Amino acid sequence: MALTRADVAKVAYLARLRLEPEELERFTGQLNAIVEFVAQLQELDTTGVEPLAHGIEVRNVFREDEREPALDREEALANAPRRNDEAFLVPVVLE
Amino acid sequence: MIDPTRATASSLLAEQEAGRVTAEEICRAYLERIERLDGQVKAFLRVDADAALAAARAVDRRRRAGERVGALAGIPVAIKDNLCTRGELTTCGSRMLANYRPPFEATVIGKLRAADAILIGKTNLDEFAMGSSTENSAFGASRNPWDLERTPGGSSGGSAAAVAADLAPLAVGSDTGGSIRQPAALCGIVGLKPTYGRVSRYGLVAFASSLDQIGPFGHDVRDTALLLGVIAGRDAADATSVDEPVPDYLARLDEAPEGLRLGLVREFFGEGLDAEVEAAVREAVRVYESAGAVVKDVSLPHSRYGIPAYYIVAPAECSSNLARYDGTIFGHRAENYEPRTAEEESIPPLIRMMMASRSEGFGSEVKRRIMLGTFALSAGYADQYYNQALKVRRLIRNDFDAAFREVDVLVGPTSPTPAFRFGEKASDPLAMYLSDIYTVTTNLAGIAGISIPCGLTRAQLPIGLQLLAPAFAEERLLRTARVFERATDWHQRRPNLAS
Repeated sequence: MALTRADVAKVAYLARLRLEPEELERFTGQLNAIVEFVAQLQELDTTGVEPLAHGIEVRNVFREDEREPALDREEALANAPRRNDEAFLVPVVLE
Repeated sequence: MIDPTRATASSLLAEQEAGRVTAEEICRAYLERIERLDGQVKAFLRVDADAALAAARAVDRRRRAGERVGALAGIPVAIKDNLCTRGELTTCGSRMLANYRPPFEATVIGKLRAADAILIGKTNLDEFAMGSSTENSAFGASRNPWDLERTPGGSSGGSAAAVAADLAPLAVGSDTGGSIRQPAALCGIVGLKPTYGRVSRYGLVAFASSLDQIGPFGHDVRDTALLLGVIAGRDAADATSVDEPVPDYLARLDEAPEGLRLGLVREFFGEGLDAEVEAAVREAVRVYESAGAVVKDVSLPHSRYGIPAYYIVAPAECSSNLARYDGTIFGHRAENYEPRTAEEESIPPLIRMMMASRSEGFGSEVKRRIMLGTFALSAGYADQYYNQALKVRRLIRNDFDAAFREVDVLVGPTSPTPAFRFGEKASDPLAMYLSDIYTVTTNLAGIAGISIPCGLTRAQLPIGLQLLAPAFAEERLLRTARVFERATDWHQRRPNLAS
């Protein structure tokens, strides 16, 4: 399959990336080359093969639901791009 | 006194124990060498000389007072800058995290501090560990100490270059598809990717969580084993770390594995393999035969699907992991996110802020992988791409399982070529991806792998030999690597760096 510029623009929006027109052009070409390359996976008949999500198959690890020390507010806010005394500040969410 | 910058970590421990050198003298020697040479190599993003010296003096004081000191007491260790150091910059080679100071510490960093290692500096990497040359670092590429016109490999290129140039005797890196082994090969040192779950990933900035693993670099197998022993082990903070006992990797290191059977992987000697690399690897196999190993041809028939499967699985996980960088909680936020087109006017301001922040904060390779992963996971394509890749991943692991019923350790080249020049592959993502052709399947299968120096090309570029072992067989892997090292002196070669 070939990805059009519109397809790539849609993926970029889903991925929350704002692309310059030059980037959209370049990424469309490069993503098509990569998608064409990975398409060789389709050659393999994988009927009946279970997907493998981890090489070392991991199991759920349970523990008691006990409260442990957490980051204090000041530490949590320390890397905020914008903040006030108690919260992260973001542009308006609801008009 | 020996020159500490021409020694191994193991010998520096013995010299300190014997009172012939102090941790402070060792630290000063490396800091002086970094000062003199790192302007050329650019292995480090940051060196905190004062903190390193203070830590070294503290080790000396405790040693003088007769207190017990840790397994890496007074040994400088260079740290890849995707490992969180509490309160200290951890950038991942990205503009996105240029000012990030984590409020917590990676488990591996805590273990190094507890072992009295001296954290000498944070090393350069491809942005978010995505790349094979360090050319994707937002802060400029590192250079290969053997030829400054060439890349050190990547993504842990800064860590590998630091050890190769004797700017630190040990370093820590991370390996998602070859990011420890490939730079180790290209820089002529030893680099080990442990089994998935062997080392806690807590505090490693996530790229592809089912593939990422932290591991050690050293000049020789003993130093690498020493560092692995310090960082390995289960950690309650990482639910994927595995509760298997950590053997004493040094105890029997010099004993060759009994009745060693080596598997020569047919698929690792195909098209694209440099002739000098192939000759050195085949010569290494002869060294093993002379040492008594039985060598068999084995096949990993799905190897050629490793890169395609990896470039679905890794970007899919990356697109999910990197969704957190949206300019709200930490990381870069764009100043200006006003709509630039009529279309953008319909996008709410919060989303525009996120989009602008991510576009300014991430470099091209990271954007490419995020988009590739988003595409592979998107409605209508997930079955065809992502789920198919996971099924192929199982076929790849089944290949390894079958091979390890025949032999103990697999052998082949680490990288198809020696170190390449800057710009040689930077404009063609696929060409860059193929430099990991022999390493990615290890990560997909979760098993352990090591690269050790096994030769130099006519142009004096290092060549790496890759050895692979089943899950949690690091001890066997290290002892097998040591068999080759005892018979050769490639691990003692050093680049000529003019000051």
